[in-house]
Amino acid sequence: MPSIAVWKFTSCDGCQLTLLDCKDELLPLTERVHIAHFLEATSVSEPGPYDISIVEGSVTTPEEAERIRWIREQSGVLVVVGACATSGGIQALRNFADVDEFRSIVYARPEHIATLGTSTPVSAHVAVDHELRGCPIDKGQLLEVLTALLAGRKPDLPDTSVCTECKRRGLTCVMVAHGTPCLGPVTHAGCGALCPAVDRGCYGCFGPMNQPNVPALVPLLRRSGMGDDELHLVFRTFNANAEWT
Amino acid sequence: MTHRANRTLQVAGLARVEGEGALHVRTVDGEVDRVELNIYEPPRFFEAFLRGRDFREPPDITARICGICPVAYQMSACLAIEDACGVRVDGQLRALRRLLYCGEWISSHTLHIHLLHAPDFLGFPDGIAMAGAHRAIVERGLALKKAGNQIMDLVGGRAIHPVNVRVGGFYRVPTPEELRPLAKTLHQALYDALGTLEWVAGFDFPDLEVPHDLLALRDVEGYPLDRGEPCVSNGLAFPTAEFGRHVVEHQVAHSTALHARLDDRMFLVGPLARYSLNSDRLSPVAREAADAAGLGPVCRNPFRSIVVRAVEVVYAVEEALRIIESYERPDSPAVEVNPRAGVGHGITEAPRGLLYHRYELDQAGRILSADIVPPTSQNQSAIEADVTQVVHSHQHLDDHALQSLCEQTIRNYDPCISCSAHFLDFTRERT
Repeated sequence: MPSIAVWKFTSCDGCQLTLLDCKDELLPLTERVHIAHFLEATSVSEPGPYDISIVEGSVTTPEEAERIRWIREQSGVLVVVGACATSGGIQALRNFADVDEFRSIVYARPEHIATLGTSTPVSAHVAVDHELRGCPIDKGQLLEVLTALLAGRKPDLPDTSVCTECKRRGLTCVMVAHGTPCLGPVTHAGCGALCPAVDRGCYGCFGPMNQPNVPALVPLLRRSGMGDDELHLVFRTFNANAEWT
Repeated sequence: MTHRANRTLQVAGLARVEGEGALHVRTVDGEVDRVELNIYEPPRFFEAFLRGRDFREPPDITARICGICPVAYQMSACLAIEDACGVRVDGQLRALRRLLYCGEWISSHTLHIHLLHAPDFLGFPDGIAMAGAHRAIVERGLALKKAGNQIMDLVGGRAIHPVNVRVGGFYRVPTPEELRPLAKTLHQALYDALGTLEWVAGFDFPDLEVPHDLLALRDVEGYPLDRGEPCVSNGLAFPTAEFGRHVVEHQVAHSTALHARLDDRMFLVGPLARYSLNSDRLSPVAREAADAAGLGPVCRNPFRSIVVRAVEVVYAVEEALRIIESYERPDSPAVEVNPRAGVGHGITEAPRGLLYHRYELDQAGRILSADIVPPTSQNQSAIEADVTQVVHSHQHLDDHALQSLCEQTIRNYDPCISCSAHFLDFTRERT
């Protein structure tokens, strides 16, 4: 049976929880793969090498920068999951600020906090085989990657926009019909258009699509009532470090 | 007897907890000399980058502190900002928030009971190995968790980091017809929750009676989730705005982590505290089930927290059913919230215990400062005290058995280290 290891870097645990959230699929999956390391789920931890490694979280400490190289060496296929692992996550907001100041705001004794000045995606450190976007990832996409890997085929992970999923669901466009600002036209597909389904504009938690046309979207966002401050904030959230333009 | 005067136990990576932590225990001349629960989870600086953000953003941003209890973060954030803006969300909108929160309790508690904690009691390394011997029980647990997730999917738009929550209420509120299928799922879930409670009540529980003060919310009615006043087992109660005056972090000599104290006393938050201060507030079915499970009105044995969690799952399922049955769609999905300069406080009961948020806003609604106190930070002293007590009274165990028992003692609190990391001091352990 292929072995699988799940690793956590700087993150909230939500993406690896997605694996435990696979209620109907979890036990059947464990009959197809051997879980060799998954600290959140099991006390068993086996040494490498591993056929598949799933990595959640971004690299924010010198130790993590070392550890990701070791995991790459030990892993046949490296799948990175979630906005933290694929773009640096919300903690990448430090990349635009003074980390020393951040440290002193949160911690009484900032000199004891060993952290890098940046939060970076896994791909900034090692070669990555598959990326799953999202804050958090979509359960269906996670199962698609695992199924494809077990079957020896290429996973089907569209890199188009949320708009395509929204249209396919037959939802009314929140921006056209209600004037609600929406990042759907430039955001990577994968969630299934969750926000428009609740009358909310997409807020970009899957990060930029392949070749997003942000300059074309900005006037529409302005027409929907967004000012300079809001425009600045809306692209600086869960995928702030990603290439939006 | 393998009684040894000097011994050191080190667990470099605690398994079956959320986030990354380590445990160090040292005994000298047969006395427990040092117990440290170390946090090596890297800091993420949430309080720092919330500065300058818009007042409508904290529910989405702070949800990302924890993938296990994002609703708790969203609810405490909403309450705090609404408090700052002088708004109170009531009626069916509040009921929907409570329904969403029930979903998170069911989901989080069920995960902890079945996949993280029960394997300790039955001697398995994880829930998957446990499923080999108890498949039907684990499947029942996963079905319960699915019911919780379904509530969050339907009301929140997504189970992890829900998209439908906003300051003032929701983006879209469901119709009664949309909620109805949930009721069918929840009737089965109630049956599963009662079965789960009966199952965990039959475990063997190590003896431990903790003297810590218990801190939990208590509301004018109902079991506390989304609202209430902080109350202490010694009879003290204080307004939410005074939380920071009572719960204070101290630096202690034996650990580099910050420890919270309640009026300079050891305390704990979470299921034991909630239950002991509110056992009279359970629904009739949950109350009866708790009695049958052997829980009195107060529970001070942290090993029995798994039983209390199972009681709370029964309650949350019943409460969710009650809300769905009396639900009428509100005219508007949210109350209008206009920013104003000021400070707001919000506390709700995360599955692991009290979660406090405080925000200071300027006139335009920009966040000037943010302060977040997660439950695991508050419990850190109690966890270490419990481990100390357990090591003291189980010195006859060999290292492996004692280490397992120490880990089980930590899991009694369902610690969420991802949450506490942005808050606690950070030390790297090289073991």
